[in-house]
Amino acid sequence: MRKEPVLNMALLIALLAFPLWAWAADEPFLITLTTRAVIFAIAGVGLNFALGFGGLVSFGHAAFFGLGGYVMGVLAFHAQTYTPVLDWPFVINGTKSMPIVWMVAIALSGALAVAIGALSLRTSGVYFIMITLAFAQMLYYFTISWSTYGGEDGLSIYVRNDFPGLNTMDPIQYYAICYVLLLIVLGLVYAISKSAFGLALGASRQNEDRIQAVGQGPFGLYLTAFAISGAITGLAGVLHADLNRFVSPTMFSWHTSGEIMIFVILGGVGRVFGPVAGAVLFIVLEHTLGGLSEFWHIYLGAMLLGVVLFARGGLIGLIAGREVAHD
Amino acid sequence: MTKPLLDVRGVSKSFGAVQASTDINLDLREGEIHALIGPNGAGKSTLIKQIAGGLRPDSGTVFCDGQDITGLSTAARARLGMGRTFQISSLAMDYSVLQNVVLGALGRRGDIFRFFRPVMKDADLLATANQALEMVGLEDVKNFMTSELSHGQRRQLEVAVALTLSPKVFLMDEPMAGLGADGSRRLMELLGKFKQMAPILLVEHDMDAVFALADRISVLVYGKIIASGSVEDIRGNPIVRSAYLGEEIDA
Repeated sequence: MRKEPVLNMALLIALLAFPLWAWAADEPFLITLTTRAVIFAIAGVGLNFALGFGGLVSFGHAAFFGLGGYVMGVLAFHAQTYTPVLDWPFVINGTKSMPIVWMVAIALSGALAVAIGALSLRTSGVYFIMITLAFAQMLYYFTISWSTYGGEDGLSIYVRNDFPGLNTMDPIQYYAICYVLLLIVLGLVYAISKSAFGLALGASRQNEDRIQAVGQGPFGLYLTAFAISGAITGLAGVLHADLNRFVSPTMFSWHTSGEIMIFVILGGVGRVFGPVAGAVLFIVLEHTLGGLSEFWHIYLGAMLLGVVLFARGGLIGLIAGREVAHD
Repeated sequence: MTKPLLDVRGVSKSFGAVQASTDINLDLREGEIHALIGPNGAGKSTLIKQIAGGLRPDSGTVFCDGQDITGLSTAARARLGMGRTFQISSLAMDYSVLQNVVLGALGRRGDIFRFFRPVMKDADLLATANQALEMVGLEDVKNFMTSELSHGQRRQLEVAVALTLSPKVFLMDEPMAGLGADGSRRLMELLGKFKQMAPILLVEHDMDAVFALADRISVLVYGKIIASGSVEDIRGNPIVRSAYLGEEIDA
């Protein structure tokens, strides 16, 4: 059997076993830490869909992560202050219901990605990187000056949103929600990667002349991939905001875009489980090295250099070897 | 005579002071191989781009099967039935051979926005793909990565992908370039068969191949077609001989 599926399974099992152990050992902090890893993994899976599968190097995925966060923050803020989000031309009330917040965030992030993509995809290479960065920075500065929702200080939400039948304030139960969402997102991305769309998207990434020669244009493929990618990262933003019960403009900052990209590169670009491995590694490093020194990013940087120079397949590629021909 | 499937009418294109195509007229009829020859820098690639897409002529019109395609995108032209192979192999290198051909069949069928059904298990696409691979003789390597193929096999694969499009015309830009004697002979046999499915506009440097295969030949020099006719006409044409063929005829 090939190594990669085994490794992927091992990752999923570890992500199930570790929090359960932490729960049994009454270590809620470790559960929260793993929850962060899982949420970052979802954000990374989102970016990887554009970057790894479509070859679209977006340096502005914080836009979607932040939008997801603010969707949660704004809706919860209005719910806890009993004020409508909008009272004209029709009334929209805030909500504390997770499924509704998720839907709204996915729809809005997807729509934002279509808008950003429609403009950015006219460029490529370094221009695409810069223009996506510029869009995210625009939103960053916008939220800083958006005093209704806390401006630079951000927004605190008193209680986590509700999910029918669960006590979301219990760390392990909130973890379960995030874990299941990660599984769904991974399943979705895996299915798409094997579909007609996935085949055509991968071909566009490898060779745009080729996809045109078979009668299809790359633009629609890229835009759709970017929208799906943004929607997934937006969902991660909601979960992150809900975990911390806090949103701030930092979610939109270019550091966030960079971190999401680090998960993807560390784990393995273009591999379905790459960002999961990357996010877990990131959290492990942050936790262990961060305890030793405030400057743990130096080690992270060295590692990133190592991956880029010597192990293009990232962590997964390093362990599982080069991808062989598809079946 | 039947109506031409590809008809280039008065196409001109210049880049600044350089006249790359000057009032070019060219057509392609059912069942034939029409070879386009000319020395390096004669404007062959520029002309191919204006026919296949990617470059818009300054004036003139290109018709495919009676339809004006001058303003269409490359992809739209491919959908209308232009099966193109590139001068430098242009394949999805990280895909298997089979994936490349399935991609062709998928492009032809057009339903690329399907997100859940596994495309490599689509019986319809696989049938088209396998048939094309058999025709060019690549069925034994269909599970190889494209990057592992030899140069000659990549050329065959390009032809196979073009076949999956069931095109109305083939545009082949130097398909024999870089092939050994064996590979060339093989590909020539295939082209002889394929012209029955769709006529071929063949840009080629290999004169032996051109004289053996072509039904008609047009000679492009400095962006102008200086002669057009049967193999015998071109062989015997003094202008062509002096401009271009001199040595090769003597040899």
